[in-house]
Amino acid sequence: MINWPADTHQWLLAVAALGLTLLVFFSARWLFRRCGEQPLLHPVLIAMLVLMGVLLITGVSYEDYWLGGQWIHFFLGPATVALAWPLYQHLSLVRSLLWPILISVLAGLLFGSVCVVLLAGWLGADQLVQWSLAPRSVTTPVAIVVAEQIGGIPALTAGFVIITGVVGAMLGGVVFTYAGIRDQRVKGIAMGVSAHGVGTARALQIHPVMGAFSGLAMALSALLMAFVLPPWLQLLGML
Amino acid sequence: MKRIAGVLILIVYHQLGEWLVRLAGWTLPGAVVGMLLFFLTLLALRKPPEMVTVGADFLLRHLALLFVPAGVGVVLLLELIRDQWLAMLVSLVISTVLSMLFTGWLMQLLMPKEHTPHD
Repeated sequence: MINWPADTHQWLLAVAALGLTLLVFFSARWLFRRCGEQPLLHPVLIAMLVLMGVLLITGVSYEDYWLGGQWIHFFLGPATVALAWPLYQHLSLVRSLLWPILISVLAGLLFGSVCVVLLAGWLGADQLVQWSLAPRSVTTPVAIVVAEQIGGIPALTAGFVIITGVVGAMLGGVVFTYAGIRDQRVKGIAMGVSAHGVGTARALQIHPVMGAFSGLAMALSALLMAFVLPPWLQLLGML
Repeated sequence: MKRIAGVLILIVYHQLGEWLVRLAGWTLPGAVVGMLLFFLTLLALRKPPEMVTVGADFLLRHLALLFVPAGVGVVLLLELIRDQWLAMLVSLVISTVLSMLFTGWLMQLLMPKEHTPHD
């Protein structure tokens, strides 16, 4: 799973890629906090753009960058496992509203994925792009494995996931106000299903109850997406 | 120290999930199976040891960083994006808004009436 560097040159590349990723990300996060957590300055978005720029300018290949990048990527799996912890902490919240939450999360996921696939197809995106878009509403580690499963491109999905989160975080407040949705629990569920961790971070700023429900919906969606998306797309004859 | 031990335990759960998936031939992400196993363990323990929760909190606090290397992979797809960026962006924005509206309205409909909303 880990691809060890073969010689001194590769070791240097690996260390440089790893160090630069950390440096760029933590600088981007500092900037993000400094600017009042503006969703458009989301550190993942900025770090991705800066690092892509560095690769394009220096001519270093993504394969070489990956020698270092994989050491960070490695922890994505364990971090997905860790999502069980907030889910466990919110268990009492879930129990009181078990069925409304389960039904809304599941229906929201299925609706959102069909929406994005159909819209993209209608706007002229090809199949590969459509499959990469389908799981874009759940947290990256799950979205990229699901994309792989249904025949999308994981790197493209990783980008879509971030953009989806930023869009949800930016528009969520306005959308809920116009739609007359005021209950913090309902807003949290809708945000977590539609905009995963980035939306949850925004929900936490708006209201702690909205944040807790959003975190819960995000963890539930991640779990459900892996199980239901492939059979769901098959059922609709899309896959 | 506790943090490292906690993260190591999460790595073990992830690998256990990967191993189970391969063994059973499921088309599920190993990490999701690991998450289920970890959830069941938490349920069984009721009050999980601090080591485990410290490790989980540490990884989740830095979750955003972990997305970056995969995200940089978009650099390989610039041509694809140049041709289809409008379809990608428009479908993402509209479907995200529709998903928030649909989920919000459905949940509102399903909420029991006796609860007072947390405004």
